[in-house]
Amino acid sequence: MSAWLTRHIPKIAVAPSLAAVLFFVYGFIAWTGYVSLTRSRILPRYQLEGLDQYAKLFRTPRWDVAMENLLVFGVLFIAVSVALGLLLAILLDQRIRAEGAIRTVYLYPMALSFIVTGTAWKWILNPGLGIEAVVRSWGWEDFRFGWLVDPELAIYTVVIAGVWQASGFVMALFLAGLRSVDQEIIKAAMVDGVSLPRIYASIIIPSLSPVFLSAIIVLAHLAIKSFDLVIALTGGGPGYATDLPATYMYAMAFSRGDLGQAAASATVMLMTVAAIIIPYLYSQLRQSHD
Amino acid sequence: MKRSVLASLVLIAGMGTSNALAQPEVEVLHWWTSGGEARAVQTLMDEFQSNGGKWVDMPVAGGGGDAAMQALRARVLAGNAPTAVQLKGPSIQEWYEEGVLADLSDVGAAEKWDALLPAAIGKHMKCGGKYCAAPVNVHRVNWIWANTAVLARAGIPMPTSWEEFNEAAVKLKALGVTPLAHGGEAWQDATVFETVALGIGGPGFYQKALVELDPAALSGPTMIKVFDQMRTLRGFVDDNFSGRDWNLATAMVINGEAAFQVMGDWAKGEFTAAGKIPGKDYQCSPTPGAGFLYNVDSFAMFKVQGGDRIAGQKLLAKLIVGENFQKTFNLAKGSIPARLGTSLGQFDYCARRSSYDMDVAAGSGTLLPSYAHGMALRGQQAGAITDVVTQHFNSDMGSAQAAKMLAEAVANSR
Repeated sequence: MSAWLTRHIPKIAVAPSLAAVLFFVYGFIAWTGYVSLTRSRILPRYQLEGLDQYAKLFRTPRWDVAMENLLVFGVLFIAVSVALGLLLAILLDQRIRAEGAIRTVYLYPMALSFIVTGTAWKWILNPGLGIEAVVRSWGWEDFRFGWLVDPELAIYTVVIAGVWQASGFVMALFLAGLRSVDQEIIKAAMVDGVSLPRIYASIIIPSLSPVFLSAIIVLAHLAIKSFDLVIALTGGGPGYATDLPATYMYAMAFSRGDLGQAAASATVMLMTVAAIIIPYLYSQLRQSHD
Repeated sequence: MKRSVLASLVLIAGMGTSNALAQPEVEVLHWWTSGGEARAVQTLMDEFQSNGGKWVDMPVAGGGGDAAMQALRARVLAGNAPTAVQLKGPSIQEWYEEGVLADLSDVGAAEKWDALLPAAIGKHMKCGGKYCAAPVNVHRVNWIWANTAVLARAGIPMPTSWEEFNEAAVKLKALGVTPLAHGGEAWQDATVFETVALGIGGPGFYQKALVELDPAALSGPTMIKVFDQMRTLRGFVDDNFSGRDWNLATAMVINGEAAFQVMGDWAKGEFTAAGKIPGKDYQCSPTPGAGFLYNVDSFAMFKVQGGDRIAGQKLLAKLIVGENFQKTFNLAKGSIPARLGTSLGQFDYCARRSSYDMDVAAGSGTLLPSYAHGMALRGQQAGAITDVVTQHFNSDMGSAQAAKMLAEAVANSR
């Protein structure tokens, strides 16, 4: 009896959470996929109607804008956050005074929610209240910084706010990585007369590749789920210029009573993420088998 | 054992009698939670309770009713709908099609609603020819508000056509005043758009394009002219309008920073709160052109179980259309009664004008539902139009292209 228990207790302990995940995650994914094949409006209906909702989705200009924005925002947000985080970490790694205090300052934005970040930057970037108004009050009457109200440029303000929030966190990741680089190799390189930039470029940064990977994974999921940042910063506007797939889905499901369309957009989002994640998982699993 | 069976029998019997004698009960889902609106709903609660009813309040704030609709969906799917829900326009019909609305035809017949409600508005309250909802008020959407002092300084009257408005706006700009106070939110863009469509195309065009969704009207030359005027108006708002709340735009008119605002009559509440007097400090007049765009709030009654709740529902419906409630509620909310022939002695000038215009419009068939406020179309179609309108207003898209996109977006949303 006790042998049986010892053997099975781990399975029994995991079973409820496994069942919950199966039902609440995979069950609801399946349900959403099913609803996306129906003509559900305010309430779900269960007669299958084929791929109408997807055809509609891909004919909608607003959806194209949302997907394009996700690409622009995702790529810039990840690239700039990583570059800036690495730069800050390298500068902070130069054995400077008050490092602890400075590190804390850069890390604090991560403690805020995206809603707070979005609202604060909405005021900072608002031409009538923020940077533009301040610089003009200093005497540069022609100074213009109206990205927030320019439909072509508004998506970049979302990038600015996102980078401000996340780069400190990336810096902390890199700082930990830098501290774990073997100092002996660096000293050996210095003895050989290698210049400092060359040491960073050829020795230190390549040795940080696992940190790059984890930073990019964390940032990628922040980018895909950054719904609250857009809602607080621009509300999707001007017009729908800063819509993301998540805000599109929210609008369809909860403002317009079009559950079928919302489910179709959610399914396309899932496919997009899967297209990135599955190859990655596959390569990881293969590595661990080797 | 025997005693406990007996005891439970007594208990069940007791429950039975208490059910039969129970007071009428309603559970009301609404999103009137701010200042004047909360006061307005309080008047209904008081009146219901003084008629012997039990009121269970279920306010769900947030997202202009989105959060409340979310709560409603969950309750309906759980088979436990609230008794009465703040719903309006075509969304009443959408819920009716899901088969969850109650039949109020006996209340409607007893209270003679057919004679008391304007036909255009009564139509929204009927599901398959039977009453299923009760209207509480009528907001007029096509109002233009102006600061009297600013108009006097510029020497311009209230505009009666959009050409006049454009001329006035040029003068105002020269004086350094923002001609049109506007907030760049999609629904505000849509509000201006529908008043321009009504003013330039006339009621017939409005009906064809924004109610019947006639493709020829949506992409035709009149619509192009409407978009031209929207482009002109874009030049009359300040640079900083994106994302501004409507009440902040009203504040710009109140303090003289801007001259005009196009907004429904809920804007009056902001003027009143600032201590301004209609006709003296500020002007209200219909936007240029004929017609009356209405936005009617109503309570739809859901199918419920239990005699007390059905009785509560019928009592609530009767009180909502009652003269007393229509008067007190609308005095608190700034709108006008939906019930014809309610005495308007205590109402201000703007409300009396609105009421008079509604009677005239009802007679001439120009009493039209507001598309921007969810009275004319279902969510998907209205949303598709709003997407194009706001996209055009916030970019440099040409009018012809906007009209073409409008027809495509509507076709795609069906």
